[in-house]
Amino acid sequence: MEHLEFYILLLFVIIGSLVAVETKNLLSAVICIGAAGFGGSLMFLFLRAPDIAITQIVVEVLALVILIRVTISRDKTFISGDWELVGVLFSVGFLLIIFLAGTQVFDALPEFGSPSFIANNHGDTASGHYIQEGLSETGAANIVTSVILDYRAYDTLGEATVLFTSILGAVVILRKQSRNRLETEP
Amino acid sequence: MLYSMCFLLFIIGLYCVLVKKNMVKIVLGIVIMEYAVNLFLIMLGYRLGGIAPIVGQNDYASGAVDASFTQASVDPLPQAMVLTAIVISLGSLALMISICIRTYERYGTFDITQIRRLKG
Repeated sequence: MEHLEFYILLLFVIIGSLVAVETKNLLSAVICIGAAGFGGSLMFLFLRAPDIAITQIVVEVLALVILIRVTISRDKTFISGDWELVGVLFSVGFLLIIFLAGTQVFDALPEFGSPSFIANNHGDTASGHYIQEGLSETGAANIVTSVILDYRAYDTLGEATVLFTSILGAVVILRKQSRNRLETEP
Repeated sequence: MLYSMCFLLFIIGLYCVLVKKNMVKIVLGIVIMEYAVNLFLIMLGYRLGGIAPIVGQNDYASGAVDASFTQASVDPLPQAMVLTAIVISLGSLALMISICIRTYERYGTFDITQIRRLKG
């Protein structure tokens, strides 16, 4: 069977996510999400994306720390009941319709293993240009690096801005000191 | 078939967001959807028997890539975009989790059906 490793890893990720969704204990759900994330990182490695795999591992460890912080030492974490039956059945049917409609779309995509940028000639597409001219134009051996730090550097700048804003929001939400000072002021 | 399995992963995350009542479970559903979308985008750029988009030593010394690299390299563009998306997903996860922690401190529960009255 072709692409057997992708099927095995994707099945592992799906099973991990299903266990995480359905288990009652929040801590084990978080750990299952971590397992699914590491399976995804292995899959990135097999898909010839080593940069993504390394980033995924680092982000996964940090996300696991953040998620365990919220679940540990909380008393009432076991309320994981569902909505009433009619609502659940309605949403499951809705999701089934979305899934059946979505799988039809994949027929229009190019076959797995032959991406669209090689369908027409190299050099005509942005990806072909990056592969062919990336080394001579930027001097970076890693083409992904040359894309994020040279061709699309403004995109990376925007990413840094978004990251800064989200961390700023988290700090503002979590701080306690200023709230107390405001209350004591006349 | 692989694309459909990836879409199934996305649907599992969407189911988690729609059906679960626990706030942390909803955040986990959003994380699952992020995995699915990232995997799908990387899969779109995969080439059969391809190599990672990193230039070999001989090409790097000569300063120009030859045909054996351009004919085999996978698509670098989705990889660069997904690299950005993964880091941003960590920031949004931290924001969501801090909202969850704040809500738990105020209401003493993660159950979204219990969090209905205004306080403070």
